[in-house]
Amino acid sequence: MAALCSKHRLKHLQHLCSFGFKIPRRNFAGKGKYDYDLVVIGGGSGGLACSKEAAQLGQKVAVLDYVEASVRGTTWGLGGTCVNVGCIPKKLMHQAALLGTAVKDAKKYGWKIPEPVSHDWATMSQAVQNHVKSLNWGHRVQLQDRKVKYLNMKGSLVDEHTIRGMNAKGKEMTVTARNVVIATGGRPKYPTHVPGALEFGISMMKWPHVGLECAGFLTGIGLDTTVMVRSIALRGFDQQMSRLVTDYMEAYGTRFSWDAVPKKVEKLPSGLLQVTWTDTQSKQEHQDAFNTVLWAVGRAPETKTLNLKQVGVELNEDTGKVIVAADERTSMSNIFAIGDIAQGRPELTPTAIKAGKLLARRLAGHSSQLMNYDNVPTTVFTPLEYGCVGLSEEEAERRCGKENVEVYHAFYKPLEFTVAERDAGQCYIKVVCEGHGDQRVLGLHFTGPNAGEVTQGFALGLQCGFTYAQLRDTVGIHPTCAEELTKINITKRSGLDATVTGC
Amino acid sequence: MVTLRMRIQMLVQKWYQVFESSKIPQSFTLLYDVSLRFSKPFMAVSHYICLASVLENGSNYQDLLMEMTGQKTVPNVFINKTHVGGCDKTMQAHKDGLLQQLLGGESEVYDYDLIVIGGGSGGLACSKAAANLGKKVMVLDYVVPTPKGTSWGLGGTCVNVGCIPKKLMHQTALLGTAMEDARKFGWEFSEQVTHNWETMKTAVNNYIGSLNWGYRVSLRDKNVNYVNAYAEFVEPHKIKATNKRGKETFYTAAKFVLATGERPRYLGIPGDKEYCITSDDLFYLSYCPGKTLVVGASYVALECGGFLAGLGLDVTVMVRSILLRGFDQDMANRAGDYMETHGVKFLKKFVPVKVEELEAGTPGRLKVTAKSTETDEVFEGEYNTVLIAVGRDACTGNIGLDKAGVKVNPKNGKIPVNDEEQTNIPHIYAIGDILEGKWELTPVAIQAGKLLAHSISLKRAVELYGQENLEVFHSLFWPLEYTVPNRDNNRCYAKIICNKLDNDRVIGFHYLGPNAGEVTQGFGTAMKCGVTKEQLDNTIGIHPTCAEIFTTMEVTKRSGGDINQAGC
Repeated sequence: MAALCSKHRLKHLQHLCSFGFKIPRRNFAGKGKYDYDLVVIGGGSGGLACSKEAAQLGQKVAVLDYVEASVRGTTWGLGGTCVNVGCIPKKLMHQAALLGTAVKDAKKYGWKIPEPVSHDWATMSQAVQNHVKSLNWGHRVQLQDRKVKYLNMKGSLVDEHTIRGMNAKGKEMTVTARNVVIATGGRPKYPTHVPGALEFGISMMKWPHVGLECAGFLTGIGLDTTVMVRSIALRGFDQQMSRLVTDYMEAYGTRFSWDAVPKKVEKLPSGLLQVTWTDTQSKQEHQDAFNTVLWAVGRAPETKTLNLKQVGVELNEDTGKVIVAADERTSMSNIFAIGDIAQGRPELTPTAIKAGKLLARRLAGHSSQLMNYDNVPTTVFTPLEYGCVGLSEEEAERRCGKENVEVYHAFYKPLEFTVAERDAGQCYIKVVCEGHGDQRVLGLHFTGPNAGEVTQGFALGLQCGFTYAQLRDTVGIHPTCAEELTKINITKRSGLDATVTGC
Repeated sequence: MVTLRMRIQMLVQKWYQVFESSKIPQSFTLLYDVSLRFSKPFMAVSHYICLASVLENGSNYQDLLMEMTGQKTVPNVFINKTHVGGCDKTMQAHKDGLLQQLLGGESEVYDYDLIVIGGGSGGLACSKAAANLGKKVMVLDYVVPTPKGTSWGLGGTCVNVGCIPKKLMHQTALLGTAMEDARKFGWEFSEQVTHNWETMKTAVNNYIGSLNWGYRVSLRDKNVNYVNAYAEFVEPHKIKATNKRGKETFYTAAKFVLATGERPRYLGIPGDKEYCITSDDLFYLSYCPGKTLVVGASYVALECGGFLAGLGLDVTVMVRSILLRGFDQDMANRAGDYMETHGVKFLKKFVPVKVEELEAGTPGRLKVTAKSTETDEVFEGEYNTVLIAVGRDACTGNIGLDKAGVKVNPKNGKIPVNDEEQTNIPHIYAIGDILEGKWELTPVAIQAGKLLAHSISLKRAVELYGQENLEVFHSLFWPLEYTVPNRDNNRCYAKIICNKLDNDRVIGFHYLGPNAGEVTQGFGTAMKCGVTKEQLDNTIGIHPTCAEIFTTMEVTKRSGGDINQAGC
């Protein structure tokens, strides 16, 4: 094994030598000492952004990416969770569900659509896969364009400068690098203590809103869907908003089993899966049969096989995540971690991308700017979308004290809902402000159509430290849902009716 | 020792004591004359303080007065502690209404504290706010029917013939596109999808009806007196209200708010009022307009043309010169191109000269003759409906503004106001579309996308700051929702304009893509806070959305770099 390694290393040294003459290297001290300036392990959003940016700035970069098949044997291409099994397919399926609602709405708007209307999963799935594949391909091309070496190999560390790669056929090679970035992300957890979970369940996507998002679009395309929740939905999010999201889903046909803990999954002769669960309140046991059981109980970081501990990278023992400093540096000075694998970082594509880019710039000596992880906006693409940025009401009260927080809120009706005769009881806006002085905005929450589009600009406002007065000073764009934010004027404290009437 | 200065200050503070302790002096006669014009003269007089009458002669009070008020002569009039001036200034103040304003207690003098003329968005909001403050308020609203006889209820343009029905019909068109998209996303239904105009029109009108009713109720709840009558000034503080049956009633008020809004302009060519419709008629049309010619390049023209085409109608837009004058022309042309690829035909550099009826009906058949603005070419075309959308005129011509002395810009009929929305006549205010020179935030809905010109166009920015001091960042993008149906790749466009001299502050924001209004609103707030490009770059995107494109804008227009979006 050792021989194999050294042989490979030699080969690479030769390769490097011949390379060194062809391309003028823009490098720091220690020129030629390593195969690469930077090796990124993990070709997801963060890893790709980091490697491309570094290459752009003249660094010699390689990316190792390898997808371990899921329990059910699913694999995918370059681009990581977001592109393959996260944001992108999720939002497209959410869009499929929204279009189902659109077809229903259309009738009220005068469109005559002869019955029946049905949904074909295979068509959707194929269309989504085609798009994802085009993105995989796009990522490959971009790496090529930027002269980033792509290795479809599973990476692990030999020492702090040496990375071993193994391809699908078990073939190995090693490369050396001055700096290493770990960006291997996470994969869904299976509740292994539940008998049958692994054999019969499928899993998907991200914690903690994944369960609701999937249930939402599955209901939306006409499937009978039940969500089993142990305690609360959308942990970490504003809980009032969370309830509005689940209330809306219940109103539109998603079933909820609250306070339920799954006990076992069995395959019935009919092929259906029988799930047994316990109600934590009544302590009673329940059973029901389903075609599919989808686990969305959280995600585990992909650190186990990286050999991180052995090379001196500190991990959080409980979560398995890599402990990082503000500059994404691990306990080893030349090893960095970004994205979902890093301890305490939001599990979001745009933060990984931005952190990756900024890290690349620092590593290339182009800037010293650190990533700012404050005020990260996010949107949950449940049937009633929920967008937020800044603090939840609970968190603001915890930090500032209830008496120092002023909450403005409004129940509004999107214009699109009127003619469509849809209930807007859960369309709600909440702006959490400091209770004194200029009433700086601490958090902003919005449920309704296009929540992501609505929230983005206000996230920028939060970035600028905007105040309630500035929010109220903005001219509304009529008729939109977002304009309701600029008109918000009822405080929760007042107890007045917060329903918006008229224009 | 009480100095003379203190004495004067005291007098100004405690005017009532002064009045009680002195007899009405000679110099008061004039003021008394002024006060006679009020219904309760003594009430009014009691508010005056004439320093001349109470100060002993021979003292150097005149110099002191000069220092304190900038006026040496007597009478030197203060009203409710506010310095008005001498005789002429006081007379002028009376004429302007300032005197009455300072006097307070108008409610006992006039029928109303406030009369609002026009029951649109602005007028209603204003009247309700005033009523909330305990004022006695009246709103007069009257819709003069269009030449085609269309009229509507309370709520003004936005609710009845503007934003609301427009967005609902735009939504109808969007749903048409959504159904096409839906098939690509796995939905299966018959190809035989058709649109029924009447169902839509009824649904939209019902919703508008509920809003009209809602406004009536909320005015009643707030104790605002609503009168469905046409108002015109007969005196500075008096209006004549004429109702549908021609009955005239007169009302007086201390203050007025003009909120009469605008109505569509006609072309002034043979056949326009007889056979053509405007947006005022379109939303109440009882029949599908069929093959339609839209005349004009205003945002109303493009929006109406867009949604009519979206409903599957054959639509042509006739444009005299450029699209969306006043908007960023790069954005305007992109919007036009987008519409063209979605089936809207454009007939550029033509103006109609006459419209004739070939056949009456619902819809009938019309013949339009137009001539080229550049050559001798004459165009003739046959349409079911001709929709005129060449602009709007402020409704300020026939409301007796001359009787009240309110200045109007003779060119466009708009009313100049100060920062407090006050016209040249201090007791008359104006709000909404009839104001001169106020910037509007106008989202323009076109078919499946929306265009928005926010704050300033690039052309205007260049005028203001100079080309060399501007940096324009831009990008094309492909909304994720469009990928599966595989439509409009790299047709959506985002652009920001930064001022290099001011920390790269963002001074212009332009977006062409879905949900433009929703996307832009928050950025509008951020611009209010003086957002810079650096702050924009430091903001985390929300993935996957269209709005996130603004957090990753790297290519400057100057660089000529590739702006096709790749990957996420």
